[in-house]
Amino acid sequence: MSVLEIHDLHATVETPEGTKEILKGVDLTIRSGETHAIMGPNGSGKSTLAYSIAGHPKYEITSGTVTLDGEDLLEMSVDERARAGLFLAMQYPVEVPGVTVSNFLRTAKTAVDGAAPALRTWVKDVRGAMDNLKMDQVFAERNVNEGFSGGEKKRHEILQMELLKPNIAILDETDSGLDVDALRIVSDGVNRAKESTDVGVMLITHYTRILNYIKPDFVHVFVNGQIAEQGGPELADRLEAEGYERYLAGAK
Amino acid sequence: MTSTDVKGPESAGDPVANEVVGGAAGAAPVLAQEVISEEDRGRGKGPKLEDEGIAVKDGKPSAATRGERHRSFDVAEFSRPTSKNEEWRFTPLRVLSPLFEDLATEDREGDPAVDYQVSVPEGAPEVGTLAPGQSPRGEALVPEDITSAVASARTDQALHLRAPRNAELAEPFRLTAHGRDAERRSNAHIVLQTEESSTATFVLDHTGSTRMAENVEMVVGDNSQMTVISLQNWEDDALHIATHHSKVGRDARLKHIVVSLGGRAVRVNAIGEFSAPGGELEKLGLYFADEKQFLEHRIFVDHAAPNCTSNSAYKGALQGSGARSVWVGDVLIRREAEGTSTYELNRNLVLTEGARADSVPNLEIETGEIEGAGHAAATGRFDDEQLFYLRARGIPELEARRLVVRGFFAELIQQIDVPEIRQALSDSIEDELQRSMN
Repeated sequence: MSVLEIHDLHATVETPEGTKEILKGVDLTIRSGETHAIMGPNGSGKSTLAYSIAGHPKYEITSGTVTLDGEDLLEMSVDERARAGLFLAMQYPVEVPGVTVSNFLRTAKTAVDGAAPALRTWVKDVRGAMDNLKMDQVFAERNVNEGFSGGEKKRHEILQMELLKPNIAILDETDSGLDVDALRIVSDGVNRAKESTDVGVMLITHYTRILNYIKPDFVHVFVNGQIAEQGGPELADRLEAEGYERYLAGAK
Repeated sequence: MTSTDVKGPESAGDPVANEVVGGAAGAAPVLAQEVISEEDRGRGKGPKLEDEGIAVKDGKPSAATRGERHRSFDVAEFSRPTSKNEEWRFTPLRVLSPLFEDLATEDREGDPAVDYQVSVPEGAPEVGTLAPGQSPRGEALVPEDITSAVASARTDQALHLRAPRNAELAEPFRLTAHGRDAERRSNAHIVLQTEESSTATFVLDHTGSTRMAENVEMVVGDNSQMTVISLQNWEDDALHIATHHSKVGRDARLKHIVVSLGGRAVRVNAIGEFSAPGGELEKLGLYFADEKQFLEHRIFVDHAAPNCTSNSAYKGALQGSGARSVWVGDVLIRREAEGTSTYELNRNLVLTEGARADSVPNLEIETGEIEGAGHAAATGRFDDEQLFYLRARGIPELEARRLVVRGFFAELIQQIDVPEIRQALSDSIEDELQRSMN
């Protein structure tokens, strides 16, 4: 049983116009097995929340706490956070030339587990996970994200999530730009991971569509660096009907 | 890695780092690149073609032709280089200035400047020596700069390693030059020879420290197969200017590999000439420059005979403040070199801020009757986003860099046919990474 606790989190970013506060006091708790949808308009700070928790150097945490199972995540380096059980599926995964997917996955698995995976089961696991995500086996020998289409990149992110088996996974707009088929494949992957590992999921999205495939337990409306409202899945239905205007008007 | 593919010269990294070479860098006189050839596209092998920038000349004589550079054994015919000389404009002349002096090797009684260890494989004659002018010395190499001219003039007896006619030597010749004093000058001239239809590998390893002016002359006999691996494994304070000059005979093949990891400043000028049809030349290079280290590699492939093939691939990684690399690749396809096929590639990977890589491919073509010609140069930067991506998967920073650098060099290292060198090289690269991470 894992728990990610975010308390009164404030974060800033340096811009040409000076320091700008993006997160303005975020409170959120995610436990194993729970799925929390974070929904909000563009520019509300959803992605900043994801990257701040993962430890991207671009964001400075000015106050607040983030703990994973009681351990202070903010004191950890980026890779320590991942080894502690945190995973971030990125919206724009970067290319890493010269490093094959197969090599990358094995290196990451070894780092996260603290020991190299047993070769026989590992090869089988990778193959099985790729099949499930409808990824051709030739992907294993391609360089990480190099020449991947948008949909391939997202499937590759979920492949890593399935293989690395994190306790808490943050999915940053994994659904953006996917066609319906790809969305279904990616969502199936997330649901499989939820079932097999009881992972807690923070599902960051701009659109309600993905919630037809991945059922959230909680929905949080994120506006202007804060959670403006929270509720159950019914809140998503209301957003579907009304959009974000109501919250934006309130924020002004 | 953010990759930029360019036509002609390219610089990447920290522009301030360039100041060490003086004011001349920056203006890049290159040949006009007029014609983009389609010839190369269908070859289906070799590196992916990102770019072609090819100068087709109409056969009119021009002083710009790389093949017309002055050559002579007479030291007096050369002047000290200045940063105004095109071929020296990237080089830190002040740092390398001791190697522009006409000085003898500073051997002392029982205390040579450089220790030479040579081992000869079974089936080969003992190591011989050659005086200036004694054949085959001088058949391939005629100096084209002052350092090379001094190295030749100041070496009375050149080491001569020879594979006899029809011999197939399974084990390599090994020559280790170990410098014993960073303050002492040394001159060397080495002649490597494969006689007709023989096969041999030569490994030259440079270790320790000295200020070395060196010539490596390769006489590749008709229908023979020569592999040369020159390792610059110097200590951090060594200075080294080397000229490698090969002449590839009819239907002969030379694989020439340069690996530069050590030294304060190292410049290797590797010239390959085809003297008869049917020759094949492969030039591979690998370098890793770290803090305050300067590594320069120049190649010149002279297609002076028809139906010859050349392939050049150099890759370099740089990390640390003041790490600097230069690659200049000149290929000349002369009027008579019909049926030529040539490709050259340079890739650089800049791992940290404050490092700088320059890359200048030049292709001169004097005949249209060729099989194919192309070049590519690109410099990529291992950036914060890549590092973040790998670390967000639990991979520690050093391991992340290792992963990227290993991947970058892998295909080159695989082409080195001597297994223990392959292994030693992988280990050395790990050391380089480890060292500058601390």
